[in-house]
Amino acid sequence: MNPDKSQSSSGADFIVRLDKVNKFFGDLHVLKDIDLAVSPGEVVVIIGASGSGKSTLIRCINGLEEFQQGHIEVDGNELLPHGKAGRALQKIRTEVGMVFQQFNLFPHLSVLDNVTLAPMKVRGWSRADATETADRLLERVGISDQAAKHPGQLSGGQQQRVALARALAMEPRLMLFDEPTSALDPEMIGEVLDAMRELAREGMTMLIVTHEMGFAREVADRVIFIHQGEIAEQGPPEEVLDHPRHPPTQQFLSRVLKH
Amino acid sequence: MDVTFQFDWQAAFASIPFLLKGIPYTLLISFGGLAIGFLIGILFGLLRISPIAWLKVPAVAYIEIFRGTPVLVQVLFIFYGLPQLLGSPINALVAGIAAIAVNAGAYISEIVRGGVQSIERGQREAGLSLGLSRLQTFRYIIWPQAFRRMIPPLGNQGIISIKDTSLFSVIGVGELVRQGQVYIATTFNALEVYLMVALLYLAITLTLSFALRQLERKGLVGQ
Repeated sequence: MNPDKSQSSSGADFIVRLDKVNKFFGDLHVLKDIDLAVSPGEVVVIIGASGSGKSTLIRCINGLEEFQQGHIEVDGNELLPHGKAGRALQKIRTEVGMVFQQFNLFPHLSVLDNVTLAPMKVRGWSRADATETADRLLERVGISDQAAKHPGQLSGGQQQRVALARALAMEPRLMLFDEPTSALDPEMIGEVLDAMRELAREGMTMLIVTHEMGFAREVADRVIFIHQGEIAEQGPPEEVLDHPRHPPTQQFLSRVLKH
Repeated sequence: MDVTFQFDWQAAFASIPFLLKGIPYTLLISFGGLAIGFLIGILFGLLRISPIAWLKVPAVAYIEIFRGTPVLVQVLFIFYGLPQLLGSPINALVAGIAAIAVNAGAYISEIVRGGVQSIERGQREAGLSLGLSRLQTFRYIIWPQAFRRMIPPLGNQGIISIKDTSLFSVIGVGELVRQGQVYIATTFNALEVYLMVALLYLAITLTLSFALRQLERKGLVGQ
């Protein structure tokens, strides 16, 4: 952790804090007593087997999943169990961007309109301001010449970079990534990771669920290993990835890194 | 073969001006009823998938009742039955429009429900994660996509409802079939006149089919 990084607006030394969060799908205990604090500017990579609860964990942070016990604080806004948040939830979603495994671009809108929709409707920006920001972001992710096209006309890697630009257009304080490269053809993974790498370099706070261990090693300040709904191990990437202490982590990494 | 009957083309063409007087009624009942039915369909289709359980009950009841009874019975009920309840007669044209509205409305409710439910969950999640409210997510993201998928089944329903209006000759609205019956009563050219009636229906439904195909094509270009 980097306690000496810049302070969040609430004056606390974290931008997200989960406190004894428990989630159940029926009888299934998906998240068990999750405690987690992320400092501003920190890049946290979450790894674990499929079904371990890692996607569910980050989806709780912007309220796409409800949890049953505990509490979550995002930049001074509080989420309570059973989706009780009201206005705080929309405030959180305004400040937290998300990139999905399946991109989830809006197929009926042009690339440009995908990026300008939320700033105009949520932040109340004029079309001119929103377009200016969108142009800048699309340029940055290398899609500026495709702004008039529709998502269906782009490759997977291009779509995911548009999705990144769309999330960044809201000027989020925190970015969540839910397996952003898992649906991509191998030759397109690099271009998306490059864009994320640059974002990390600029100091964005990021929570990333991924299977890209090389990327994790290079970009993460901290790696968290989730096993059966619990944080089994966490620390700097060189510790967790190269010298895992817990048998589940060792087993998982030996399976992932072997091929 | 001994042909005892000659198709009388002249009689067929002669009936057309009289039959055409029925077209405005047929169109008015069809499209008036469908327009109201579309509004009903949006309302009940959305209530049907509302997260609030007690809002679903009236929607399900409405859909099952009006989809499960014949449109002929519905129009007879409205035209002959309701006046006994209200104590005043109902205009036949109004009764016809109302019958198409409630009948098509039930089917369109299901079309709306199917269209909205067919949109991938990730679309809603992407909208919400950007900070859009649930209403904004529906209005700007879910509905435009759902509506595009609804165009083909809506076209089907339109064609079905146009043909259903032919039943309303029983309440005496001067629509296409009624005009044909009146004409035949004096000339007895049933074969010629009903053929012309059929062709006029076909002209209306083919025009609609063609227009919808253009609309779909336009919609697909944007995808």
